[in-house]
Amino acid sequence: MTLTRTQPESTPGTIARSARGLHSIRDVFTNPKYGPVIVTGLLLVGMFIYGMSQYRGFTNPQIVVNLLIDNAHLVVLAVGMTFVILTAGIDLSVGAVLALATMMTASMAQSGLPAGVIIPLILVSTTVLGLLVGVMVHYFDIQPFIATLAAMFLARGLCYVISAKSISIEAPFFTMMGQTRLRVFGLSITPSVIVAVLVVIIAVILLRYTRFGRTVYAIGGSEASSTLMGLPVARTKVLVYAISGFCSGLAGVLYTFYTLSGYALTAVGTELDAIAAVVIGGTLLTGGYGSVLGSVLGVLVLGTIQTLITFDGTLTSWWTKIFIGALLLIFIVLQKVLTLRRG
Amino acid sequence: MSTTAPIVEMTNISITFPGVKALDDVSFRMFPGEVHSLMGENGAGKSTLIKALTGVYRPDSGTTLLDGRPVTFASTAAAQDAGISTVYQEVNLLPNLTVTENIVLGREPRRAGRIDWAACRAHAAEVLTRMGIDIDPGSLLSSHSLAVQQLVAIARATSINATVLILDEPTSSLDADEVKELFRIIRKLKDDGVAILFVSHFLDQVYEISDRLTVLRNGRFEGEYLTNELLRIDLVQKMIGKEITVLDALEKRSSDDAEDTQESDIPAIIEAQGLGRRGAVHPADISVLEGEVVGFAGLLGSGRSELARLLTGIDRSDSGTISFAGSPVKFRTPRRALSDRVVYASEDRRAEGILGELSIRDNIILALQADRGWFRPLSAKRRNELVDSYISTLGIKPANPDALVRTLSGGNQQKVLLARWLAIAPRLLVLDEPTRGIDVGAKAEIQKLVVNLAENGMGVIYISAELDEVLRLSHRVAVMRDRRLVAVLDNDTLTTDDVLAVIAEGQDLEDAS
Repeated sequence: MTLTRTQPESTPGTIARSARGLHSIRDVFTNPKYGPVIVTGLLLVGMFIYGMSQYRGFTNPQIVVNLLIDNAHLVVLAVGMTFVILTAGIDLSVGAVLALATMMTASMAQSGLPAGVIIPLILVSTTVLGLLVGVMVHYFDIQPFIATLAAMFLARGLCYVISAKSISIEAPFFTMMGQTRLRVFGLSITPSVIVAVLVVIIAVILLRYTRFGRTVYAIGGSEASSTLMGLPVARTKVLVYAISGFCSGLAGVLYTFYTLSGYALTAVGTELDAIAAVVIGGTLLTGGYGSVLGSVLGVLVLGTIQTLITFDGTLTSWWTKIFIGALLLIFIVLQKVLTLRRG
Repeated sequence: MSTTAPIVEMTNISITFPGVKALDDVSFRMFPGEVHSLMGENGAGKSTLIKALTGVYRPDSGTTLLDGRPVTFASTAAAQDAGISTVYQEVNLLPNLTVTENIVLGREPRRAGRIDWAACRAHAAEVLTRMGIDIDPGSLLSSHSLAVQQLVAIARATSINATVLILDEPTSSLDADEVKELFRIIRKLKDDGVAILFVSHFLDQVYEISDRLTVLRNGRFEGEYLTNELLRIDLVQKMIGKEITVLDALEKRSSDDAEDTQESDIPAIIEAQGLGRRGAVHPADISVLEGEVVGFAGLLGSGRSELARLLTGIDRSDSGTISFAGSPVKFRTPRRALSDRVVYASEDRRAEGILGELSIRDNIILALQADRGWFRPLSAKRRNELVDSYISTLGIKPANPDALVRTLSGGNQQKVLLARWLAIAPRLLVLDEPTRGIDVGAKAEIQKLVVNLAENGMGVIYISAELDEVLRLSHRVAVMRDRRLVAVLDNDTLTTDDVLAVIAEGQDLEDAS
């Protein structure tokens, strides 16, 4: 005796097909949990097949690794952003905080502080900034858009307080981190890639296997319900912004390894790349659905578009933006269709 | 059942909110393995009492014993830990997570610091099997109907070994079969010794499932009864009470007058046949004649507002036809109904009517301007004349058209809302609880106005929980019970007792008379 079997027509819509798992391909694609991620994965595979068929150099697996090397900082930013967007929030400050981290790193390195002091200091201060944003969002009930916009201006302004000019980094630790190439399975990777991969693994475990992670999803589903279910909503909401702040700081440090300089105008608009990666990776802007691995796929899609355009050689790099714009549009419409179908 | 000791014993509970005594010396007991219904009209204090029990409110005085020990809960979480679980009217679960997660969330079994998903699934499956709910625990909650979600909410509540389960209006969005399924599960839990508090506006359901009733009225304890020892008519009388409201004496229409309106040559403004909407109102036939006031009576949740909303196009009907002034119409949207001068003044004036941040003037001309179209603004002179005339006719205070509406008292807000609708000269005006929460003087004025409007040929549907009021104003009274229109009575010699009898039993008095 089940409700679902005894009266199929009494409750319209979803009940009949939902009785047991995923039945059809259509169900897989309209499942808000996996659908968008699968679409992104297929898109990535498709782009690679296209690339390999057009350009000989594309068959080299080093291409994938290079994507990660060039975008390690974006991967880390996207991970932090995923936490925030899963709670139906947004963090516009990540690009500016990244720039602030590069400026602080560069100026402290210039003054001769050792990396072992600089890096923890950066991570702590960006985490605290994120924490403050979280407090504004939760306790003062300020919209995440506004709170993080304020943090964005603050961080970008502080960059100029440090210096309006670019500061190059000559400290040996940073040049070492920037120039070291590790051989893994015959591929050459940078320490930054390892850091980014570690961040991803930790984030996956956090979201999947801890109560904190499940509460992040719960808040995205319904904050009011989460409160009534006795979940620690306040703590979790503040923490996701702190995590995003931490990730921004870490991304800044990785970025200094990559560029060996700090500059106030670094990474303008990077917050939007991070948001784009997260959305293309299948995380719903309304919260509750999505995954860190999806966001990594999103970053790879963005990177692959860039690589394809570089290989092509006839298009200017601005075409990257056009493709990203088109993809974003498609994915947001796709999400809307999926949620409508579910609703 | 009186041999067992009560699991919950609340005595002499009082709670005062600013200006209101929400609960006044109320006592309430629950026994293990028993379903207890808390009965009372809106504002009787049911939810306050529930919230006092679940730790949302702290009583000002009185004691609560749980299993014989005095308790005070600092939070809902504390009450939950003590074994008191609540399932709210709206399902408060997370549609984006799986059934398993919704059951275990916040209490996930962990191993080595990580959530042990295998144990979670096993636990959820066990809880669902115990309750006899056959769904895939791995499926997303949003893929299930509201009814199933409700059952999952109950599963979550019972999975913490609740000894006391509170179900607040669990059946309000369920259909008959789903209610049957819910009752099966309630009985199962009852057999397991859980004490269940069941709150519902459906008398049939209350009589079907409960063993014991506690009746509250106006925050006061009316009595505790065994369900099979209390007749429905007595229950309804205890719930509604026999309070005589002090009002300006409205001149009672002469009986000739009433007969006049019943003559068949008076055309019907609106006539609906088989009008209904699944899950809201059973198909009903109803008509309103020109110059007639039709009262809608029934307990809260009986479908009064729902039927009126179908008539006026606020909600879409899924069966039946409406003919307006003799020709068939389809009111798909309120706007369409408005263009035929059919107006619904919502019972929820804060959420669906008044715009508190705008002035009296703006609020009054809103509907008229919307009707004219925004590109044909009323001249300032015409606007002021109109607004001034309504302010003086209805006696809106303060008589300053620029005052912000949110600063007005409830009664004056209601008048502003009325003025807004009257400004477009409606032919059918539906007033849903127009006198709720406003003082006696304003009540009388609004009622007088209704009588005047009807005398001028307007059709009025008057919805109110206060039977006296409905009877005083209406030519005919439509009685609703459990979302069904059970009778339309001519109001010649009708008394509150007659209507109460129909509400309680659904007897058709028309047959008798």
